[in-house]
Amino acid sequence: MSARKIWITDTTLRDGDHAMSHKYEVEQVRRIAQALDDAGVPVIEVSHGDGLGGSSMQYGFSVEEEEKYLRAAAEVIKRGRMAFLLLPGIGTRKDLERAAKIGAKVARIATHCTEADISEQHIKMAKDLGLDVHTFLMMSHMTSPEELAGQAKLMESYGADCIYVVDSAGAQLVDQARQRVRALRHALEPKTEVGFHAHNNLGLAVGNSLVAIEEGATRIDGSTCGLGAGAGNTQTEALVAVLDRMGIDTGIDLFKIMDVAEEVVYPIMRQRHVPRIDRGSLTIGYAGVYSTFLLFAQRAAEKFGVEARDILVELGKRKMVGGQEDMIIDVAVELANQAKSKPARAEARA
Amino acid sequence: MASEKVKVAIIGSGNIGTDLMFKLRRSSVLELTWMVGVVPDSDGLRRARELGYRTTHRGIDDLKDHLEDFEMAFDATTAHAHYRHAELLKQWGKIAIDLTPAAIGPYVIPVVNLDQYLDHQNVNLVTCGGQATVPMVHAVSRVVPVKYAEIVSTVASRSAGPGTRQNIDEFTETTARGLAEVGGAEEGKAIIILNPADPPIIMRNTVYVSLPKGADREAIRGSIEEMVAEVQRYVPGYHLKSPPIFDEDRVIIMLEVEGAGDYLPKYSGNLDIMTSAAVRVAEGFASHLKARKGRNERREESRA
Repeated sequence: MSARKIWITDTTLRDGDHAMSHKYEVEQVRRIAQALDDAGVPVIEVSHGDGLGGSSMQYGFSVEEEEKYLRAAAEVIKRGRMAFLLLPGIGTRKDLERAAKIGAKVARIATHCTEADISEQHIKMAKDLGLDVHTFLMMSHMTSPEELAGQAKLMESYGADCIYVVDSAGAQLVDQARQRVRALRHALEPKTEVGFHAHNNLGLAVGNSLVAIEEGATRIDGSTCGLGAGAGNTQTEALVAVLDRMGIDTGIDLFKIMDVAEEVVYPIMRQRHVPRIDRGSLTIGYAGVYSTFLLFAQRAAEKFGVEARDILVELGKRKMVGGQEDMIIDVAVELANQAKSKPARAEARA
Repeated sequence: MASEKVKVAIIGSGNIGTDLMFKLRRSSVLELTWMVGVVPDSDGLRRARELGYRTTHRGIDDLKDHLEDFEMAFDATTAHAHYRHAELLKQWGKIAIDLTPAAIGPYVIPVVNLDQYLDHQNVNLVTCGGQATVPMVHAVSRVVPVKYAEIVSTVASRSAGPGTRQNIDEFTETTARGLAEVGGAEEGKAIIILNPADPPIIMRNTVYVSLPKGADREAIRGSIEEMVAEVQRYVPGYHLKSPPIFDEDRVIIMLEVEGAGDYLPKYSGNLDIMTSAAVRVAEGFASHLKARKGRNERREESRA
């Protein structure tokens, strides 16, 4: 594995937006983007956590208009490239076009792991606009490696340059991650890259990222301080240190990225939420639920007087996919009703 | 003659067209005459033949010589095809009920604004998400001013056909426009999610509507319940999953739409609500046509 190059995409300003409950200020985005760029991060993703157009009642409103965040980041990213996320069904090609005009160079287009065919128009448009296209197969633990590779082939046929195995639930055990990356690497053309995006809900984010690299992945997502949904993502600075020790070049200055984490990102996240492996995020990894559901489930639990963990386990049983935040309320209401009717039944028996 | 049915044709023998055919069999005011397809061995055309309807697999042009056979046509093809079909139907003086995203005519949601458009020649049915959620937004906006309405439609992957999948922006953009133009919100936003769970999930819709300060919650709740009952008259499987949830400055309305299971499986509430609304719209046109005819006849009699 020596003398290899791995490209890290830092998603502190996108996946981290979930952990920030979409309360990033434009100035904070500018500061973080500038610091990441200065540290040599090759791709810096900036978007609402749910991608372009994600600012909504369903997912939470951003403080400012999307365009302002993108512009602020585009102004300061000089060495690296700015990326955005787009989920067809939430964002549209109009949003994509706008982000490209503002200066994004990489389009990251995401679908649920079995629904790749809804991304055709978006991938094609991004290619036509001259962007690099990295695509996401989200919640990829929910389907088999073979099926996942079939979906990746579809995205490749639309023009994707890199296809990510995305462990949105942070649920994949080491072998599950290995098999999925291997299946994609085997199925895709050599020129198509494979990527891996982890969540640390089971404490496996760095480890699974390394396994992905062993299996041929060349792009890995990280977030600084691990600022992302659930227990956060693969911690960028930790990954850089590990890869450096392994003799793999990322182009990122280790000490600089450590300082970005400590001096720029941590003081901002500390005011909101510091993702960690707690019982909520651990339940998410264990039950295989979309990491973003964490804070929503905690809020719904409080509002309806039920346990967040019960909500998360039920969502897992119902096989909810990414973006179904409304079902958290649905489940919470049902659990609350069940709790109300239980004592009554006990009385009736007595 | 009051008992005489109004004759209709279906253009498009796919899932939607075939489900429409089964629904039309129950109508007391509409009579299906023609099923028009382009795929000779399609299941829809085969079933239409078996049920004794006239069919063609050569597309709409074959209807040119049978204009006396229909007064209205449902278009269940594609937006692209509808642009051409709309021209022909207009030339022929036939009413077009457009189930495609072409939207040449105005958006119609039967329980909200059908009466306004009964003299139009071409009307459009928005989207399945629009048919399911616009009535709810309207139910709120007829009580209080609505600044913002947002909906999330979740449909089973299996009931989202290639048309929807390959042009998913059309769904979100058209539905958002419907929330504003017909629903009465100042601004609308729509999100669609496909869920591949097996067994397939029944269509779900969550409607978020912003409320002004001091909004009368009882009046809003009553208006929503009334509207649900009205939609249920043509979509019996349309119901609230829980009573409306008032959450600070908004109301959250959670709907489930179960299909009638005519041709499509019951979980495809998204397709069922389109075909049911289409029949409801056509019935509205039919009674309007009859009333007009009645008036004209009376006028002629009085002249004689």
